[in-house]
Amino acid sequence: MVDKTQLWTVMPLMAVGTYLIRFSFLGMLGNRPLPTWLTRALRYTAVGVLPALVAPGVLWPVATGGQTDPARLAAAVMTLLVGVITRSVLGAIIGGAVTLYACLALVG
Amino acid sequence: MTETSAAFWRGARHSLPFTIVVIPFAILFGVVATEAGLNVLETMVFTVTVFAGASQFAALQLMQDNAPTLIVLATALAVNLRMVMYSVALAPHLGRAPLGWRAVMAYFLVDQSFAVSSIEYERNPALPIMAKVAFFFGALLPVAPVWYAASLGGALAGRAIPPEFALDFALPITFLAMVAPLLRSLPHIVAAGVSILMSLLLAGLPWGTGVLVAAACAMAAGATLVWRLEKGRANG
Repeated sequence: MVDKTQLWTVMPLMAVGTYLIRFSFLGMLGNRPLPTWLTRALRYTAVGVLPALVAPGVLWPVATGGQTDPARLAAAVMTLLVGVITRSVLGAIIGGAVTLYACLALVG
Repeated sequence: MTETSAAFWRGARHSLPFTIVVIPFAILFGVVATEAGLNVLETMVFTVTVFAGASQFAALQLMQDNAPTLIVLATALAVNLRMVMYSVALAPHLGRAPLGWRAVMAYFLVDQSFAVSSIEYERNPALPIMAKVAFFFGALLPVAPVWYAASLGGALAGRAIPPEFALDFALPITFLAMVAPLLRSLPHIVAAGVSILMSLLLAGLPWGTGVLVAAACAMAAGATLVWRLEKGRANG
């Protein structure tokens, strides 16, 4: 459960912060170019942040008390595989969900 | 039809395929937010004010894990840092639009509107400025209203979904699904690998700090590798 005081602190600050990120160059900084090293690093924000957010939870899920769960691991691998092959976010989600439910049903 | 309204409808047509992706993603956010204890009003305030799905999911996950507020904010905003690139890329095309319009467009600067608009502006640089603005808003028509409505639908349906559905794993699957299509170059693959490895090694750190360190290492690894590759190509 999310703490409500924290939620109402995080939401407005996140909204303002996200807006400023979007407004930055479009709104104020105009055509000033970014340093090359920074544009290079920014290209890797999504692949840098998202896997780190999920990797520990994939190997040691909270729902199973931290025990590695073959169903969840298989689902994660299938999601990546389908996503890499089809380049489709939706396809990858469906592939992962079908694998998860199939494995849970087999074990369950 | 004027050039401006033609551009608006062309934008709508170009981003129409995104509708089918946005609907399940938004429903999922509504459901996951409800599971995390948010009521319908809180879910909608979140989704309308922030309007950036991946970071909303990230913030929800960290708050559920009782991460400190600063860590939640730093991680969620790091997820949105890619939008600096979008802002940089669109500025030369839209910089001459009135400030009021640019202020509204900034709120709506999402993956989808950026993707179709940047392609259109590259292809059609001579388009009048207001037609460019119209194209951008046209591209939002199949995406933004659907995002709000489907989030609401998910929030209303959320409580009806039993634990057997293993919704705890909806988040990891969604994030991995977003990352997988990005793994199209060696530096992207290396960055993702470093991100996974470091987050596992640092999993013992107080919640959330490991993620930030892992992400920083991953970004540095990707940027360094692409720099080496470009230098190698220049010299070779």
